[in-house]
Amino acid sequence: MINTLKILKHQGKQFIKDVTTVQLNEPFRGRPVISNVKVDEYELINLCPVGAIKTQPIQIDLGKCTFCNECAIKFPNKIKFTTDYKISANDPSLLIIMEGIDKTIELNPDLIRQEISSFFHGSLKLRQVSAAGDNSAELELNAAGNVNFDIGRFGIEFVASPRHADGLVITGPISENMAESLRICYDAVPDPKIIILCGVDAISGGIFSGSPALNRNFLAKYKIDLYVPGNPPHPLTFINGILDLIKKRK
Amino acid sequence: MTMLNYITVRNNETIDFNSIPSLNYKEFMETNILFLKDSHNHCVNYFGFPSGNKLKLICCIANDNKARIKLTATELDPAASTVFPSMTARNLSFNMFERELSENFGIKYSDHPWLKPVRYAFNRFDKSSQIAGYPFYEMESEELHEVGVGPIHAGIIEPGHFRFICKGEQILHLEIQLGYQHRGIENLFLEKNNLLQRVILAESIAGDTTVGHTIAFSNIWESLSGYAPDDELQFVRTLALELERIAIHTGDLSAICGDVAYQLGSSVFSRLRTPIINFLQSWCGNRLAKGLIRPAANKYAFTPGLKDLLLKTLDEFEPDFNEMIKKLFHNPGCLLRFEKTGVVSYNQALEIGAVGMTAKASGLNRDIRSSHPIYLYNEINHQPIIKHHGDVFSRTQIRREEILQSINYIRTLLEKIPLHIQRKEAPFSPKKNSFTISLVEGWRGEICHCAVTGNAGELLKYKVKDPSFHNWLALALSVRRNEISDFPICNKSFNLSYSGFDL
Repeated sequence: MINTLKILKHQGKQFIKDVTTVQLNEPFRGRPVISNVKVDEYELINLCPVGAIKTQPIQIDLGKCTFCNECAIKFPNKIKFTTDYKISANDPSLLIIMEGIDKTIELNPDLIRQEISSFFHGSLKLRQVSAAGDNSAELELNAAGNVNFDIGRFGIEFVASPRHADGLVITGPISENMAESLRICYDAVPDPKIIILCGVDAISGGIFSGSPALNRNFLAKYKIDLYVPGNPPHPLTFINGILDLIKKRK
Repeated sequence: MTMLNYITVRNNETIDFNSIPSLNYKEFMETNILFLKDSHNHCVNYFGFPSGNKLKLICCIANDNKARIKLTATELDPAASTVFPSMTARNLSFNMFERELSENFGIKYSDHPWLKPVRYAFNRFDKSSQIAGYPFYEMESEELHEVGVGPIHAGIIEPGHFRFICKGEQILHLEIQLGYQHRGIENLFLEKNNLLQRVILAESIAGDTTVGHTIAFSNIWESLSGYAPDDELQFVRTLALELERIAIHTGDLSAICGDVAYQLGSSVFSRLRTPIINFLQSWCGNRLAKGLIRPAANKYAFTPGLKDLLLKTLDEFEPDFNEMIKKLFHNPGCLLRFEKTGVVSYNQALEIGAVGMTAKASGLNRDIRSSHPIYLYNEINHQPIIKHHGDVFSRTQIRREEILQSINYIRTLLEKIPLHIQRKEAPFSPKKNSFTISLVEGWRGEICHCAVTGNAGELLKYKVKDPSFHNWLALALSVRRNEISDFPICNKSFNLSYSGFDL
């Protein structure tokens, strides 16, 4: 008993007091900023392994970006990844970072359904489905519930059964072999329900985009309520995205 | 006795593809079965790829005593209606490899004891074979019942289906069906022709083994291009492998405690993992080290500041870790759940060709860091941690001791940090008509990547083998005669990869 208490004491305070304001340090890669410096655009867009960079004007789609940092290493005056981890959005267009614009990403309150803020603002139970995820986003979602990040303090919790859930958190690019199970799981969640895409693979397919082993038809059928970019998303990105989703609507 | 016809290579060596002797199937089979009669040899990879209208098979048998890998090849005509004798019928460790060949290319075996689908790859031979129709083993009896779990599990975990046949609470048989995570990775390695794309693919084979798989890929690429990694790259890779090992092992201890409802252990180990992965973030910007390992490049200098931070992190980690693990190993309630649960015997481990932690917990020494060392493992003189009971407790003990061992290795590595050098972008031009094999000991065990190049140096085949490919069968065997309520703890004690298996 006394040893148990000693262990408890030795852990000190591990929890992050305010997960909405805590600072991450470089070289963590969050929201990129693109300067107006002129560079070889052809070289820049060809550098990107997943086609996340487009031109006229130069822009990065965080739904595709794997945060590999190669563009920022090669063109340090043009692209810089900041430590801003609040990069979740509820509309794909919000994930596009434009040249010369250094603005935080915020959810569009008009797109948040009424029932999300009415029913889920104090309690949200989620069912996670890994649909060909590589276990990195899954590890970070587990971490969101540990004593450091403690997402449970906001009434947000991962549950075992879709019947107990208010929505799905999907990771991975959605393989053909998981497509049917994902659909069954979604159908088993009672209404009203939300869908969260967590990680670059879920949002766009990431590096697997275009692979014949995928079947992403599910995504075309339903409204996606939250996109959480990252490879994998940092637990703080996930937690802040959800908090904004359930609390933001006016 | 006739002379055996084969060629030996070292880990990470590139050879002329045509120097691998191509035998007729019978010779090929007898040679490889004979190799495995010596328990120092084990099969690290056996795969095929189309060559003209034939199918070329390559078998790679590692000799762990001499740090050499024996290669043989054969050619088959899969279209012909020939039925081949299987190697599995005489040595079970070929089981998964032959099933994979049969599923992908339609090879017919006359006497394979368990010829079932592996992962329902998108480019499988028989498209009419569907994942929903997997042929599970069945037993008929009024006294038995079946329990199906998955593909979606209760926690935040990858998908796979487990089918138990139970008598009351006791498991008689478990069959594990995978394939849900199949993304077509091996095929994508051929389709993506840009090096960065391929590196990011390697990072995504199994996100919990980012470092291990990316190093295997980098080794292949550097060896094919005749590039020798310098001191700094060797240092970075050795250090990253050991950090990944500490992080995941610590997380596993948390999960193991969670499965026996030991809340204190679960919380403490989970929080102890955090500073280790946060260190990786301080080093390369990503908690799971995505972006850190690149062929012929190190984009994140290991600065004196990082050295101090790492030493401080480990100094703080170690006493808290030791205190908690001591408490865990003195907790009778936990020990009761760990000891004699989920046993894999030495003979079983040997027979199925288990590798890594799974093998070492059953007394079988399989550790690439000592048997086929690369980088600074040559200097470290790694001594594998071997346990003998093959139960959950042995696998838990291995984690404890490997974590402490890795901390010691890291402290030694940090005494001599190579200078950060600016490298020119290496002009990668893979050798033509070549074969390369790379073995890396990830935290789970042996990772093996192989590449074959064609006339223009293009990739003809990229083969990935995660240690889980060998070890899933060990989990299935371990739970026999255990209570079904012990399945989660058995599963966690192995912590095998779904995505690494499904590819």
